[in-house]
Amino acid sequence: METTAESTRSVLDVEGIAQLIALLQRRGYQVAGPTLRDGAINYEVLRKLEDLPAGWTDEQAPGRYRVTRRKDNALFGYTVGPQSWKKFLHPSELPLVELRRDGANFQILHNHGVPPRFAFLGVRACELAAIAVQDRVFQGGRFTDPHYEGRRSQVFMVAVHCTQAGPNCFCASMGTGPWACTGFDLALTEVIDGGRHLFVVEAGTKAGTELLEEMYAAPAPPELCRQAEESVRRASLQTRQMDTAGIRDLLYENFDHPEWDNVAARCLSCANCTMVCPTCFCTTVDDLSEVTGERAGRWRRWDSCFTQSFSYIHGGSVRTSSTSRFRQWMTHKLASWIDQFGTSGCVGCGRCITWCPVGIDITEEVRAIRGGRANAAPVSKGDNIHGIA
Amino acid sequence: MESLEPILAKHAFFEGLDPAYLKLLVGCASNVRFDPGAYVIRQGEEARHFYLIRQGRIALETRAPQRPPIVIETLDEGDILGWSWLIPPYLWRFDARIVEPTRAIALDGKCLRMKCDDNHDLGYELLKRFAHIVTQRLQATRLQLLDIYAPHA
Amino acid sequence: MPPTLEQPGISQAASDPMCPEPYRVASVSRETHDTFTLSLEPARGVPAAGFEPGQFSMLYVFGVGELPISISGDPEQAGRLTYTVRSVGPATQALVSRATGDWLGVRGPFGTAWPLEAVRGKDVLIIAGGIGLAPLRPAIYHILKHRDDYVRLIVLYGARCPGDLLYKKELAAWGRSPDTQVLTTVDYGGMNWRGRVGVVTTLFRHLRMHPDKTVAFICGPEIMMRYVITELEENRGVLPSDIYLSIERNMKCAVGFCGHCQYGPYFICKDGPVFCYQKLRGLLGKHEL
Repeated sequence: METTAESTRSVLDVEGIAQLIALLQRRGYQVAGPTLRDGAINYEVLRKLEDLPAGWTDEQAPGRYRVTRRKDNALFGYTVGPQSWKKFLHPSELPLVELRRDGANFQILHNHGVPPRFAFLGVRACELAAIAVQDRVFQGGRFTDPHYEGRRSQVFMVAVHCTQAGPNCFCASMGTGPWACTGFDLALTEVIDGGRHLFVVEAGTKAGTELLEEMYAAPAPPELCRQAEESVRRASLQTRQMDTAGIRDLLYENFDHPEWDNVAARCLSCANCTMVCPTCFCTTVDDLSEVTGERAGRWRRWDSCFTQSFSYIHGGSVRTSSTSRFRQWMTHKLASWIDQFGTSGCVGCGRCITWCPVGIDITEEVRAIRGGRANAAPVSKGDNIHGIA
Repeated sequence: MESLEPILAKHAFFEGLDPAYLKLLVGCASNVRFDPGAYVIRQGEEARHFYLIRQGRIALETRAPQRPPIVIETLDEGDILGWSWLIPPYLWRFDARIVEPTRAIALDGKCLRMKCDDNHDLGYELLKRFAHIVTQRLQATRLQLLDIYAPHA
Repeated sequence: MPPTLEQPGISQAASDPMCPEPYRVASVSRETHDTFTLSLEPARGVPAAGFEPGQFSMLYVFGVGELPISISGDPEQAGRLTYTVRSVGPATQALVSRATGDWLGVRGPFGTAWPLEAVRGKDVLIIAGGIGLAPLRPAIYHILKHRDDYVRLIVLYGARCPGDLLYKKELAAWGRSPDTQVLTTVDYGGMNWRGRVGVVTTLFRHLRMHPDKTVAFICGPEIMMRYVITELEENRGVLPSDIYLSIERNMKCAVGFCGHCQYGPYFICKDGPVFCYQKLRGLLGKHEL
């Protein structure tokens, strides 16, 4: 699926990417992108080209993630890591208000500060879709989150078309990839073949075009463009898929399906899935105060519907069983989200499958609710309170 | 003496009852009044009547050792009091204390039982109405047991 | 601990929905052994927020936290926001222990309101359990102030015991208004209680209702609301589209961002707390929803 004509594609080499980073930094952006750290490819603020995970890829399976070396030096030759761009747009910890007490009164102190200016380098199609999903959550309703808006409105987006699909990817069946269609200023497709290591670049906005002009990027030869397209097409061959036909009603109507108990017997309620999911947005507010009681702060922090206290109201939680909490997460993600925000909450990135310690697969769970799976014996969690054999 | 038939007919409990049955029942009926503080019914005593409350308020109580009586429920105009006369051994299971000055129609239990034995259709009509009331009271009692207003620690 | 600030004294932009507005406690009155009514006025001379009956605010106690509390006062009384709070834990205890002159943070009002405009010309049946009378009181005030817009007003109110009944004097006064019936009951009476004993659903037997001309507004413990709705729908013939209830869930932000208050597909803070029962039919009885 092409959105810009071949004639408007440019080409950069690896040095050109270094130039791109430097140019963005000179314009006052903190350039965030992938880097190898702690045994995973995470998103951090980069200083230079060498921070990129050149020559690294990831091996993913349900409940498994390893980084391994590639044969080439691809800069973007991995799929997705445990982090997503929500780390920057919807930070895991954020001060909301600070107050200072004065007898019976208090003063609200200004602490918004200036939101950081980010350029994101290496945004996959599924991630663009996830950002668009969160845009609707935080900016699409009656209230706007000023923290999200302050960061989001300034982002310079450099997307990267995937040239390989991971085994847990299912963006094709979710309609969110592998092509990045909109929402970027620039989009790169990395082409490594024989001796050359090049990037086909397309601009998605005027800002992107201007940046390319400033870099005197040469037009991309048609055969290079064709090769780029071919490799993205290969990325659409995915082994995992989710059947989303009628999924909203399917989940609403199957509140009492025995599969919820089955999957809950395996689920540890560890909340990994919600932490790695690029669209999960739930937060809580912590109240902190100094020992002297003079100053108090309210902090927003990521939360998860898998925690026991998430649904607590005077005296008890509404969702105490792990069955109810898993069902809540999945039904929200795939069904209620549609009623709430007009799209699915899932973009098919597969992170929840990779990072689930017991390898629960959301696509398999949908299949099971549809009745399409001969039930595999669930891994016993020890205390099998649901009595499922 | 004025007939109690129209009074019976007007009471909510007998709403829709065939007037022919009312004629049968009126022979068991008598007019009664109670003052506040009086006990119409005492736990353990023989259940001789059931009462159609015309006006006033009656509190159903149960006694427990070493504490004041517990009011289980109150009954007002339009309610009926007592069904222990229906089921052997025909003994009251609770106390009933008058809260507000009360006027009622008392229906003699033995008289009623005899008429129901003679006329099963009448018996069926009465039992249907009692069954309805008993289920309503049971439902209400279950909800009461849940103690829904307590802050659940 | 939050970082030290360089520029104290400047208040946060009004466009930040998480920033509270300071209000001063103008009066505190005790309703029952654990329930208090606080009346607040703006501390910085800004006009008090207007609200519609059924809406709630997020009330912040310095250093302790924030709670969603229904507004229980008269919507036409300018300059004040009134809340009736029951102490059930540390946060509510902190709220009810405020003294006159103390400051609280107020955000809101939030949420949907009782549909008072839409139900003009009908009998309004108000059914409250326990603290549930608090979010309904503003609706009662409105109806009494616009009496000709409605036909009968019937208030059914149940509490645990006589000492837990709220607004006793007002209930008596409302009962004396024309075309207004107020029936109260308690679950547990004492020897000195001459009122009714029995759950709030037992009050229905005293009513003469015209189901097609009646709307019901219900607020109380969820179990109570379910039983009341069963009584209304199955025994009294009131349509689900004429029944409204107020639902409660955990709330952290009240503006649809934190995700805590979700109830099926609905956010209680945005799509509720007042819902038409028609909307909730599939949800109300669901266990652990």
